[in-house]
Formats: sequence, C-alpha cells, structure tokens
Amino acid sequence: MRHFDEQIQEIRQKLVRMGGLAETMIASALRMLIERDDRYYREVTEREEQVNGLQIEIDDMAVRVTALQQPVGSDVRFLFMAARITSELERIGDQAINICQNAQHLLKAPPLKPFVDIPIMAEIAKRMVRDSLDALIRKDVSIAERVLTEEDKVDAFRDQVFRELLTYMMADPATIPRALSLILISRNLERVGDHATNIAEEVVYWIQGRDIRHHHEDLAGLESNAT
Amino acid sequence: MEMGMKIDLPPAATEPRDPSRTVPDGDPMVEIDHLRFYYSGKEAVKDVTLNFPKHKVSALIGPSGCGKTTLLRCLNRMNDLIDGVSHTGTIKISGLEIYESGHDVTELRKRVGMVFQKSNPFPKSIYENVAYGPRLQGIRKRSTLDEIVERSLKGAALWEEVKDRLGESALGMSGGQQQRLCIARAVAVEPEVLLMDEPCSALDPVATGKVEELLFSLKERYTIVIVTHNIQQAARVSDVTAFMLMGNLVEFGAARQVFTTPRDSRTEAFISGRFG
Repeated sequence: MRHFDEQIQEIRQKLVRMGGLAETMIASALRMLIERDDRYYREVTEREEQVNGLQIEIDDMAVRVTALQQPVGSDVRFLFMAARITSELERIGDQAINICQNAQHLLKAPPLKPFVDIPIMAEIAKRMVRDSLDALIRKDVSIAERVLTEEDKVDAFRDQVFRELLTYMMADPATIPRALSLILISRNLERVGDHATNIAEEVVYWIQGRDIRHHHEDLAGLESNAT
Repeated sequence: MEMGMKIDLPPAATEPRDPSRTVPDGDPMVEIDHLRFYYSGKEAVKDVTLNFPKHKVSALIGPSGCGKTTLLRCLNRMNDLIDGVSHTGTIKISGLEIYESGHDVTELRKRVGMVFQKSNPFPKSIYENVAYGPRLQGIRKRSTLDEIVERSLKGAALWEEVKDRLGESALGMSGGQQQRLCIARAVAVEPEVLLMDEPCSALDPVATGKVEELLFSLKERYTIVIVTHNIQQAARVSDVTAFMLMGNLVEFGAARQVFTTPRDSRTEAFISGRFG
C-alpha cells in the first residue's frame, strides 16, 4: 500500500473510532437518564475528551495530507469529508453531554412518567450515527440514503414527546421543570439525528461527488462539462 | 480560475488579425472531429473528438505515449514534417479545416503559435528574437517593431526584467526568462491559438510559477492548449482538461470536474498517481 493510502486509511480508522465513541456517549447518557444513575456522567465526559482529541488529530492529518500530497478526485473529497465529519461527531458528543446535564435535573426529582418514546428515539438516533459511519466503512451509498430517510422519524418522535409532555404541564404546573428537561432531551436526540444526516450527506459526496446538502430530493447528475 | 496576474497591455501596434472574431469566448475555437493519426500505419490517436474553447486554457494530460503531444502537434501540422504519417478526421480552427488541400501551412503556423518543452531562443538579441516573426511578416518600420517588442515582452511578463538590455544576447538569460522570451516571440505575431508542449518541465518552481501566472493573462487574448506531465499544474492553470490513454480520449471536461469528480475510474487512477 502506498504511503498516501496508508494515511487515508489511518484517517478512516480514526473517524470510525471517533464515531464509536460518540455513539457510546449517547448510549451512556440515556442509561444515566433511564437507570437514574449519575455515574454514567463521568463516562460520558471522559469520552468527550477522547472525541475532542480525535477531532484535532483528524483535522490536523487532513490538512497535512492535503498540503503535502495535493490529493485530487475522491481523495480530496474524502479529506474534506473527514474534516467536516469530525465537527459533526464532536457535536454529537456535545449533545450527549447536554442530555446528561438535563438528566441531572431529572435525577433530583421523582420520575415524571415511564419512558416510552425517548428510548425508541435514542435507538433510532444511535442507529443513524452507526449507519452513517457504516456507509463510510463500506463505501455504500444505499446505507447513507437509509440514514436520510430516518431523519423524519426522529423529528416525528420529538413532536410526539412535546405534545405528550404539554398535556402534563397543562394539567400540573409542578411538572414543568421535569417536562422541560425531557423536551430538551428529545431536542438533543433530534439534533443527534441531524448530525448523523449530515455525516451521511458527506459520505454521499465522498463516494459520488454529489452534494445533496439542503436538497435530498435533488438527485440530479453531476455538473456537465464546460464546453 | 479567474485569479492570477493581470497585465495591462498597451494597444496593439498594428490592428491584430482576428479572423476568429466571430467565435465568442468559450465557444469552440479548435474543433477536432473523429481524428485518427498514424505513424507508419500505427495508430497513435484513436478517433478523438473534442473542442477547445476560445480564450480558455485547455490541458492535455496522460501518461507517456498516450498521444497527447501528437494531438497537440496536429493542431499546427507539425507532424507533417515526419515521414510516414497519415490521418483521418478533421481539425477546424475558427471554422477553417486546417488539413484541407491548399491550406497554407505557413499561414496556419502564424495563427497557431507554439512554445516547446525546452526554450529555444535564437542566438540573437532579446529584441531580435521577438521582432523576428513580425519582420518575416514584412513589418519594417522601427517604431512599429519597437511597439510590438514592448507589447509582446509585457504580455510575457518579461518587459520589466529586460527593458534595459534589449540588445543583449537572449542566450545570457536565465532558463525561465528564455522560456518567457519564447512566449513573447510566439505572441508577437498575434496568433489565435497558442500551443504549449510541457513549457515548464525544464524550469524551477519560481520560473514555473511565473509562466503559470502568465497563462491567466494570456488567455484573455489567446486560446491556449497545453500538454503537461504535471497533474497539479493542469489542475492549477486549465479551464478544461482532457485525459488521454493509449491514443484514446478517456475524459474531457471542466478542470474543476475532472480533478474533483472524475467520471472515469481510469482518470481518477491517473490523476491520483495510482498508475501512469
């Protein structure tokens, strides 16, 4: 394998590791909420440090390889994708921290209601993160496109959580602080889904050169030549 | 590709010939249609059809022996000088078929200038190198020649470096200066098309940078076709890029497309250095 390909491979492996960490941060944050155990918070913050470190490492490698190897074609698309994906994964980590902070408020009071939608929502959001990285590992556009279709499901759950908690708040104002924390958590999970969608869009760009950001429905071909 | 050095050119000393004035910028200036070219029966260019747009830089890239230099040399019929060559298909420059019987090759080479891999200044003064072509065209008046020499040297971004020693031998110039002198010599006769065959391959990075910057201003007046082995150079300077392989045209398109989203896997493999 050429030295250049080894560097690309190393970046890919680091991205996958970073993605795995981000996904487990979401899982741990949810366990903190559901198991009402704030020991998970420490796990999440420790992983956040690793995620932040990987972001800097990958971005630095992407800049270095771009400057020194002058990549073209799918290689240059890969490096730009990598640098943009690290931001998305870092923000997924931030959402996990936010979930933990909201969970901390909830742990101080008795449970408002049994969890139904939020765990399902969390599963979908985690799966979206996993699939978006799986698309990267397998270089498979169909997996990335599946992630794009999941975004609507997460949004629908967020709206459902809000509607349900609104009825609690209207019935008993004492529930407002807890209900708001849960609404914020659903919002955090929805954002995780958005970041996973962005990653999937980047993967499509890398593989096919199509920029589908802001217009998933536009699957038109590439720009025609200049003549 | 719009960035780059802009040079203020003085007005042309003589009204430039411009039979191509009916071709708008960006429209095909050079039209190659089903060109096949043979050296003693061996096919070196295989059924190539493509157009080079007016006032753009078009780059031909590909591994050694792919036919890109042969294709370039077809455009001013340089290959006619080689025994045993033949071709089929047509090449039109501003609408005129250049291989048509009766087409004046000397006139063609006025319209299609060429700069070679290795600079080849005449063993004359800097001034005489540039004035040589216009003199052949019959221009004798000193003031007119002075204007052409100044305009051409400014056009080649060389004027400031040599204006005080125009009478000195061109052979005393640096390699980069000599190559820019050859460009000045080529543009002195106001060609429509400028062919460049690896013009920077013998130059250091600084001189290469100067020639590349020059292309950005030259393309405002000329249609440029450049053959280069330097992939990054093609990416930097060209508006459109053609990739050739074993005599075939594999891909042709906007440089930004060819270098970011090549359509053919062979193009991708070549430009990323994975073969060739």
